[in-house]
Amino acid sequence: MNTPDDTPKRRVSVQVNGTTFVREVECRRHLVDFLREDCGLKGSHLGCEHGVCGACSVRLDGEVVRGCLVLAVQADGRRVETVETATPSRRLKALQDAFVEYNALQCGYCTPGMLVAALDLVERRPQADRAQVRDWMSGNYCRCTGYHAIVDAVCAVLEQQRAGRFADEAATEAQR
Amino acid sequence: MNHPTELPTRRDLGTDLPAVTEDQRHIGVAIPREGVRRLTQGRGQFVDDIELPRLAHVVYWRAPVAHMRITRIERGAAQALPGVIAVVLGGEIAALCKPWVATLAHLAGIKSAPQYPMAIDRATWQGEPVVAVVAETRARAEDALALLEVEWEELPAVLDTETALEPGTPVIHPELGDNLCFQRQLDTGGVDEAFARADAVFEQTYVFGRHTGVTLEPRSQIADWNPGDQKLTVYHAFQAPHMMQDLYCRQFELQESQVRVVCRDVGGSFGIKVHAYPDDFATVALSMMLGRPVKFVADRIESFVSDIHAREHRIRGRIAAAKNGEILAFEIDDLTGIGPYSVFPRTSGIEGNQVVNLTGGPYKHKHYRAALKVVFQNKTPTCQYRGVGHPIACAVTEALVDGVAAQLGIDPIALRLANVIPDDAYPATGASGIKLEVLSHEACLREARRLVDYDALRAEQQALRQRGVYRGIGVATLIELTNPSAAFYGVGGARIASQDGATIRLEPTGIITVSSSVGEQGQGAEAIFAQIAADAVGVAVERVRVVTGDTDTTPYGGGTWASRGAGIGGEAVLQAGQVLRDNILATAAAILKREARGMRVYRGAIVDATNGELLLPLAELGRIAYFRSDTLPKDFTPELMVTRHYAQRDYPFIFTNGVQVSHVEVDVETGFVKLLKHWAVEDCGRVINPMLVDEQMRGAIVQGIGGALFEECLYDTDGTLRNGNMADYLVPMAAEMPDIVVSHVQSPTRSSRLGAKGAGEAGTAGAPGAVMNAINDALAPFGVRVASQPITPEKILRALGKIA
Repeated sequence: MNTPDDTPKRRVSVQVNGTTFVREVECRRHLVDFLREDCGLKGSHLGCEHGVCGACSVRLDGEVVRGCLVLAVQADGRRVETVETATPSRRLKALQDAFVEYNALQCGYCTPGMLVAALDLVERRPQADRAQVRDWMSGNYCRCTGYHAIVDAVCAVLEQQRAGRFADEAATEAQR
Repeated sequence: MNHPTELPTRRDLGTDLPAVTEDQRHIGVAIPREGVRRLTQGRGQFVDDIELPRLAHVVYWRAPVAHMRITRIERGAAQALPGVIAVVLGGEIAALCKPWVATLAHLAGIKSAPQYPMAIDRATWQGEPVVAVVAETRARAEDALALLEVEWEELPAVLDTETALEPGTPVIHPELGDNLCFQRQLDTGGVDEAFARADAVFEQTYVFGRHTGVTLEPRSQIADWNPGDQKLTVYHAFQAPHMMQDLYCRQFELQESQVRVVCRDVGGSFGIKVHAYPDDFATVALSMMLGRPVKFVADRIESFVSDIHAREHRIRGRIAAAKNGEILAFEIDDLTGIGPYSVFPRTSGIEGNQVVNLTGGPYKHKHYRAALKVVFQNKTPTCQYRGVGHPIACAVTEALVDGVAAQLGIDPIALRLANVIPDDAYPATGASGIKLEVLSHEACLREARRLVDYDALRAEQQALRQRGVYRGIGVATLIELTNPSAAFYGVGGARIASQDGATIRLEPTGIITVSSSVGEQGQGAEAIFAQIAADAVGVAVERVRVVTGDTDTTPYGGGTWASRGAGIGGEAVLQAGQVLRDNILATAAAILKREARGMRVYRGAIVDATNGELLLPLAELGRIAYFRSDTLPKDFTPELMVTRHYAQRDYPFIFTNGVQVSHVEVDVETGFVKLLKHWAVEDCGRVINPMLVDEQMRGAIVQGIGGALFEECLYDTDGTLRNGNMADYLVPMAAEMPDIVVSHVQSPTRSSRLGAKGAGEAGTAGAPGAVMNAINDALAPFGVRVASQPITPEKILRALGKIA
């Protein structure tokens, strides 16, 4: 157990949604707590704090991670993306729109993490069918919807992508 | 079987029924909720997102065993840790907050023991709060937890409901005399005779495991006692803010003028967030002791032992039928365990009571006998969770119906069609005495048959069986109580409002602001209130703003429970909106100096009722009414803010009904069940927004499926929870869930103008029965059945005799 006297701290510099945050943090601080408490970005939610529910999913250097299983110090010098960005990519914007259009959220607590997972899917698995969408999205719990509308929304954006709607946007995160 | 695309939701159901407003274009239409766009951008405001000056954080040391006497608590080391503000014991909290006993006068004989916010001498379940640690940060408070020294003597735990009432079993609360919380018997008479003359009798014992709600946002609260003005503000992830305001007043001897409860974004509720938890009161007491705001956010591990659990029923059931398929009688014996206390303020007697009321509910038999025993035990307290008794009553009823149908060789849908209370027989009274206003079992069964393509599905099932593929089709007919009157809680003495209010105001620019006592936890209450208000007044929905979740600013009301938001809260909005429209017309008459009669409010403006000529935009009316009262007649004052309240008083409840069909494939080698598809035909009266009802149904169905197949709070023999974490307690995930097709039949209630009934729980009510029947249908060739939920692969293999 750490007590205040022996809780080591480190200075970290993390780029979050394009803005660099330099903070002194306890080494034991989780990335999601860093985002919420040190950066004031409350959009990533704590659902279980043991890496299961997916509500705190963010992308770290382009890879989806659980914000509750990564330490802030591990993100030092790296890039974090969340749905709280002021400049969403066209794919993220399309997913946000589709979630509203298809009623793919109710309370919205799981939604930021769900959208991060969905964005990763849209970028990495452009040919995914409905069953594959269900599989991919299974790292994120939703307790309100029956998942059906979430799957509908993600499939709709995949279809938009296959129809070339995002063709003019710069290389996606996954391809960089 | 995940089909690439499903039939799209019908976007407009409003035209299927006569309109309730003059120019109805929002009610009944699948309008997306613009209000949730911010949630897709991480811009919600859940309780844990709120930061306040002087904010402190509390964590609770909770009993680690099922039943213990506290012998010593040494808090010096914890208190000495820098950053720790206070370490507080149960007795100190009890000096501020009175204990409670959760009983209801209309549940005759129900009893419970006084309960305190934190254990004082004795803790009665694993998870009961014992010590509160308040610190500058949550992490620091958790550090201090590890420095507490608590010693205890373990007491014998009462766990098994079957032996809870036996003479040799310890009594948890000796002053109560026994471990019986509540019992009830119901007998219409004629039951023994009916069974004696029956051609077929089917009986089985059904078991329903304990489960819990797992709202993705844990229970969260900030209690902020301001010593300066002696006022308490509580930011709460909660469903019923006025109820909590009342309870804080009573337990802390405050007045309503001193207590404000604010519920902003709430991350799922499902009944979990409608109960008053011991730590709710403890957190308020801590804020009062410390004179600063204190935040409590349950971590997931403590959610599993401190959120209410539900179910845990053992039901012996039997059904009697005649050769022609006529159901003659039902009989059930329900034994349920509720933990060591009846939960405040709704009591833990309601779920069992509803099982008694609802079993056999869809059918027209006259003979029914039920016995219920609700017993105390040393496990987490149980109380009302989505569906409340319905999933159990429905699963037992429908399994018995399928059992007797199989004995008689009658098709399950045909047998149901022959026995449901016919659509033209309402109002009707069920055998248990429940009053049913208007239901549509026959229409729903016929629609289900069509939707499912039943005959083709049966043919496919037969063909696949020849190839060793075992698929099952399970049907469940259900009733659901919604729009409760005061008969639910108020008559029993609980200060839980069955009425709700809506205030509607015309803003100077023509914007409509609605304030409702029914709040939002994701269901879409705010969205449908906007739709109703838009049509009632005569404006576009984009011009309507809805405010909820604040006891300081909203009308007084019950909030969200028992599927009442649309039916009760929506009706208040409709009535207030229609009066506001009349007042707007009166104002227009004063401004334009012509009769109100010849004008209407149409799409944001006053128009001539006969030729549609634009007379006065609402923004101009607002400008004159608010800023140029000098130009109005002296004897006229515009009343552009209207409040109306509504309580349903025609029936104890307004029942809804529906049919669900589950299609499954059982792997008889592994016992695994694959959900192929699920259909729901629902009748919640007038649908306000079909898209929202669809996903309410689907979400509720998935919760019902969770209980039927996966979810169970598993206790060790010593009374500790074995799987109290998100990895081991199995919440349904996207890949395991089927596509769910929803269809609507609309039988509006006549108890309100709007005609809406509730839709939030019917999915959970029907799914366990449909899935269990589907599995048993798949297992039919082997002559075995499963009757214990969750229906795990192990239980299926056991039924098949593949494992011992």
